[in-house]
Amino acid sequence: MNTEPLDFEKPIFELERQLVDLRELSSSKNIDMDSEIRKIEEKITRTKEQTYRNLTAWQRVQIARHPQRPYTLDYVDRCFDDFLELHGDRHIGDDQSMPGGFADLEGRRCVVVGQQKGRNTKDNLLRNFGSAHPEGYRKALRLMRMGEKFGAAIVALIDTPGAYPGIGAEERNIAEAIAFNLREMMTMRVPIVAIVIGEGGSGGALGIGVADRVLMLENAYYSVISPEGCAAILWKDRKHAPEAANTLRITATDLKELDIIDEVIPEPLGGAHRDHVAASATLKTVLRRHLAELDAIGLDELLQLRYEKFRKFGKFKG
Amino acid sequence: MKKAFAEASSHAYIEGTGSGPPRNTTFPIMALFKRPSLKGLGLKKNDMPEGLWHKCPECGQISHEVDLKQRKRVCQKCDHHFTMIASERIEMIADPGTFQEIDAGLDSVDGLGFKNYLEKVKSYQQKTGLKEAIVTGRAKIGGRPAVIGVMDFRFLGASMGSVVGEKVTRAIELATDEKATVVLFSASGGARMHEGILSLMQMAKTSGALARHHLARLPYISVLTHPTTGGVTASFSTLGDVILAEPRCMIGFAGPRVVKETTHQNLPPGFQTAEFMMEHGLVDRIVHREEMRETLSRLIRYMSRA
Ligand SMILES: [Zn+2]
Repeated sequence: MNTEPLDFEKPIFELERQLVDLRELSSSKNIDMDSEIRKIEEKITRTKEQTYRNLTAWQRVQIARHPQRPYTLDYVDRCFDDFLELHGDRHIGDDQSMPGGFADLEGRRCVVVGQQKGRNTKDNLLRNFGSAHPEGYRKALRLMRMGEKFGAAIVALIDTPGAYPGIGAEERNIAEAIAFNLREMMTMRVPIVAIVIGEGGSGGALGIGVADRVLMLENAYYSVISPEGCAAILWKDRKHAPEAANTLRITATDLKELDIIDEVIPEPLGGAHRDHVAASATLKTVLRRHLAELDAIGLDELLQLRYEKFRKFGKFKG
Repeated sequence: MKKAFAEASSHAYIEGTGSGPPRNTTFPIMALFKRPSLKGLGLKKNDMPEGLWHKCPECGQISHEVDLKQRKRVCQKCDHHFTMIASERIEMIADPGTFQEIDAGLDSVDGLGFKNYLEKVKSYQQKTGLKEAIVTGRAKIGGRPAVIGVMDFRFLGASMGSVVGEKVTRAIELATDEKATVVLFSASGGARMHEGILSLMQMAKTSGALARHHLARLPYISVLTHPTTGGVTASFSTLGDVILAEPRCMIGFAGPRVVKETTHQNLPPGFQTAEFMMEHGLVDRIVHREEMRETLSRLIRYMSRA
């Protein structure tokens, strides 16, 4: 996939450009440059390994926000069959930043909901940059309830910078829409898997994130506040977002260490945006495994385990 | 526009950037005089009878501490509700002598390795005499058993970290076990940034406990006081069977500054006040402090099945 390099990827892109030039030169002039080509190929592999195996928290945030990163509907397309989108919260409207509907995962009936971002201005106007209004959370709840009614497993794909902080959102009680989902998802009698596929922006992410299994893609982040917001408070300057990203411990690896998530789903080298097909295949395999495990647990036990999972969060003494 | 979006999730407690309650702060009388006149008296800050006189930030009325306390910290001239500390509020709503604190010993730890966090907590402990931003316990209200929790905004903006989340959760679970009413008085700047994701998860934890309390068909009354914002609004405080609010208190999810920056719109008059919430159908009643105890008693009577 053709993508603009992120700042820290520029050395790799530069080497790749050199490789293309070299190959062209070799074939047009008919000179044997195999050894030079091999050298530069090795260097590319080494540089990639060095860069991508040691990504900082802030670099991962940039990958999580990459405009070519697969979004909710990309995963729905590639992992599920027969997606049947259903619209509206039955009160105010249809929030296009939170699509959802029925879908099949290798024969397992599911209800899929998730925040959807756009790749261009027009799409982003429609999707509101992945920031849902109360209607989005209420539509998600309506669809999840229907899933519960018909025994469909719930899959929530999380990718949002946050719930929308707007006037209308406040007037229509965005806080309550999120809170209500938190309460209701805790007792839904059907397996729930939530996957943070990109940005896990605070309450807006958690609003569809109460689940039996919470998974995260390798380069996704999940945080109580954006690194920029934290930097603005701690350093009085958003430029310190990289330090804030470190301090907040928001990467998938951090959250696995903190026991907040159940599994880190690996991404193709360099990030999911470099290979949608491979990224989707891995996500599908992992999701199927978790759903199969959850399907084997009785519902009463499942609900007890879900309660205990969230009940244990927090660190204190006394 | 996109930049503002990055801050969409910055409704976590924002320290010293205006999400606090300047409107309601209790000003000691010395704030009325200009510095030179203080110096002229040959007094240092410490020598002043701090906190004896209070100026109403709304109308300027000056009240003596004793009178103000007697009037439940409501301005006699304009009905402005001053910020209340947890112990005063408990005294105001619990039947006399019935309050027994629970989980008083829970204390914060530095779960993430966040610089200066514990020093900060300690300084607030010294300043307020509280261990954390909420006091919880058993009480009776109108003769009926309740488990109550009262947040105290003085303590790090009553932001919700692990201890606040745990105390709220334990209070709700206790009420579920004892078939009691839950009454929570909220005042909070939101989730506590210093505990990162652990704070965020307290929203799910407290709401989960309320799910069980709800399924047991037990009453939960949420009272919103100045200011209730962010992660607390987006969890337990908007889940009451009945939601009450104190007059003119600020209630919202995102801070007004964030809303303004994101939308590039002028905020409507009274945006995010109790009255605004009332007008939009988001709270059941706005209750004056003088009527709070009686309103709670009447509600609990209606909501109890025995
Ligand atoms: Zn006044």
